[in-house]
Amino acid sequence: MTAILTNLFDGVAYGMLLFVLACGLAVTLGLMNFVNLAHGAFAMAGGYVCMVLVNRMGWPFFAALPLAFVSSAAIGIALERTLYRHLYTRSHLDQVLFTIGLTFMSVAAVDYIQGSSRVFINLPAVLQGQFDVFGVGIGRYRLMIIVICGLLTIGLQMVLTKTRFGSRLRAAVDDPRAASGLGINVPQVFAFTFAFGCGLAGLGGALSAEILGLDPYFPLKFMIYFLIVVTVGGSSSITGPFLASLLLGMGDVAGKYYVPKMGPFVIYTMMIVILIWRPNGLFGRTAAR
Amino acid sequence: MTASSDVGFHAQRQARWHYGEFAFWLVVLACGFLFPTRYLIMTDILRLALFAMSLDLILGYAGIVSLGHAAFFGVGAYAAGLLALHGIINEPVLALIVAGLAAMVLGFATSFLVIRGVDLTRLMVTLGIALLLEALAERFSNITGGTDGLQGIEMQPIFGEIPFDMFGKAGFFYSLAVLFVLFLFARRIVHSPFGLSLRAIKNNPLRAAAIGIPVNRRLIAIYTLAAFYAGIAGALFTQTTAIASLDVFAFERSADLMLVLVIGGTGYLYGGLVGAVVFRMLQELFSTITPQYWQFWIGLVLVVIVLVGRQRLHRWVLYVPNLVIKQVAGRKSVVAVPESDA
Repeated sequence: MTAILTNLFDGVAYGMLLFVLACGLAVTLGLMNFVNLAHGAFAMAGGYVCMVLVNRMGWPFFAALPLAFVSSAAIGIALERTLYRHLYTRSHLDQVLFTIGLTFMSVAAVDYIQGSSRVFINLPAVLQGQFDVFGVGIGRYRLMIIVICGLLTIGLQMVLTKTRFGSRLRAAVDDPRAASGLGINVPQVFAFTFAFGCGLAGLGGALSAEILGLDPYFPLKFMIYFLIVVTVGGSSSITGPFLASLLLGMGDVAGKYYVPKMGPFVIYTMMIVILIWRPNGLFGRTAAR
Repeated sequence: MTASSDVGFHAQRQARWHYGEFAFWLVVLACGFLFPTRYLIMTDILRLALFAMSLDLILGYAGIVSLGHAAFFGVGAYAAGLLALHGIINEPVLALIVAGLAAMVLGFATSFLVIRGVDLTRLMVTLGIALLLEALAERFSNITGGTDGLQGIEMQPIFGEIPFDMFGKAGFFYSLAVLFVLFLFARRIVHSPFGLSLRAIKNNPLRAAAIGIPVNRRLIAIYTLAAFYAGIAGALFTQTTAIASLDVFAFERSADLMLVLVIGGTGYLYGGLVGAVVFRMLQELFSTITPQYWQFWIGLVLVVIVLVGRQRLHRWVLYVPNLVIKQVAGRKSVVAVPESDA
């Protein structure tokens, strides 16, 4: 029983992490219909920035996290303004090729700068080990992830539903043409959201170094996970991807624990079945466009 | 001339063999005699060309974007490896066809999943299938050899007459013959009414359905055929290198394949062949400059190609040849890449 609860807890932590990593992609796909396979590269950038700050320069872990966010967001906005925006109107094939190219470049570049082996971030003593609550082992680090990601999710939901920017964003996702007709600066909204999504990915990358493992192949290894979150969750709201990430996280942890030999098999089968059953995602609406 | 006979006239003229095509194949054949020390890399190019042609059939003619074409390559590779390893079918040509058929069965089964949904769903499903197969191959390591791959494959002579030699000469001409035969077949298909209907589907599925083309059936057919081609390419890989490992399913293989086709251009069958040559040359060049980080430059090539625009790039490349032809023959724009945005 306690093993199940511990697994459930780990699954939730994993799922929340996936959500933070992937929710930027949900916006890119939903708002601009842009297939960004290079999303993992932004996460990796954040992770490596955090690693360098903590391990090499002796920053405290919690001070390095915001910087991981900022640096990834900065890279995101620079690339969006210079390269990405030329490709919004192009075919999906072009977008796929372009972002695969970027992914390859990021993999080789990080390999060149930091070496190809897996890196670890030195964690403060507070976050190490686990404690028991009624016999259920709770990892401190995973608890922190759940707290941070939970707060972020609530914050995102609030911004999206309560603020003026949120309503602009939702309007732009629903119908970009009508939104720009109403005077909403859709490209600006998008650029900002893109940068924010990249920042979140960077934060997720920094947090995930401990759990998912951080090496130069991160963008390729986890690309499929991000895509699963978005396609299964649908891109019309953030609750869809959120639930999809939790499902994926718990499914993956449980799958690895109970049927270790089948490993990723469970996840991929689930994804294909769901996509065949509901091509617009479990929680997506039928596409208006 | 009525409209329908006009279409038929142009279709037939398109389908005729040009001088350039004869020259192309003669050059390829000549390479086999001119560079006797480079058989291994040339065989590699032929394999890649066949694989790229397979993707061209679905991407260039039917407009299906696939990120997991390596699935069929891998099935073909393992099928050929297992057939040879356990001595089930010793004759390479027969084993090649059987391996191709194995991939074809998989292609037929998965085509029903692929024709559903839009581009993005297709990307995900094709990618998912390739990853699934990779996971399966890893799981059933007692059959596939797991991460070590299939080892100790010994190929029997082709037709029981021509043995595979260590310089790869037999392998090269064997691959060339297979490529040429399959090319002829593909060429016949894409110029047939069936091929024309595929183009109609690619341009506008709704309109194609409205004029009575059974869209789904055609897509299933071409997807299955492309899977057969990819399976043959995979089987050639195993037969000429005598290994089959997990990386036949790797995502990088599917991604590289896209690059090959993009370099060469889609929708005229030669794209895969030209692209394979250029891609391998680039790869050689980059890996002599930076042995470990050639992937960076490959990525850069992709980014640049997309930013410049594939059609514009092809116009630039063909600018000089067209100028020469114009001066010499007095005709306008003979060499052109008939490509629409896939």
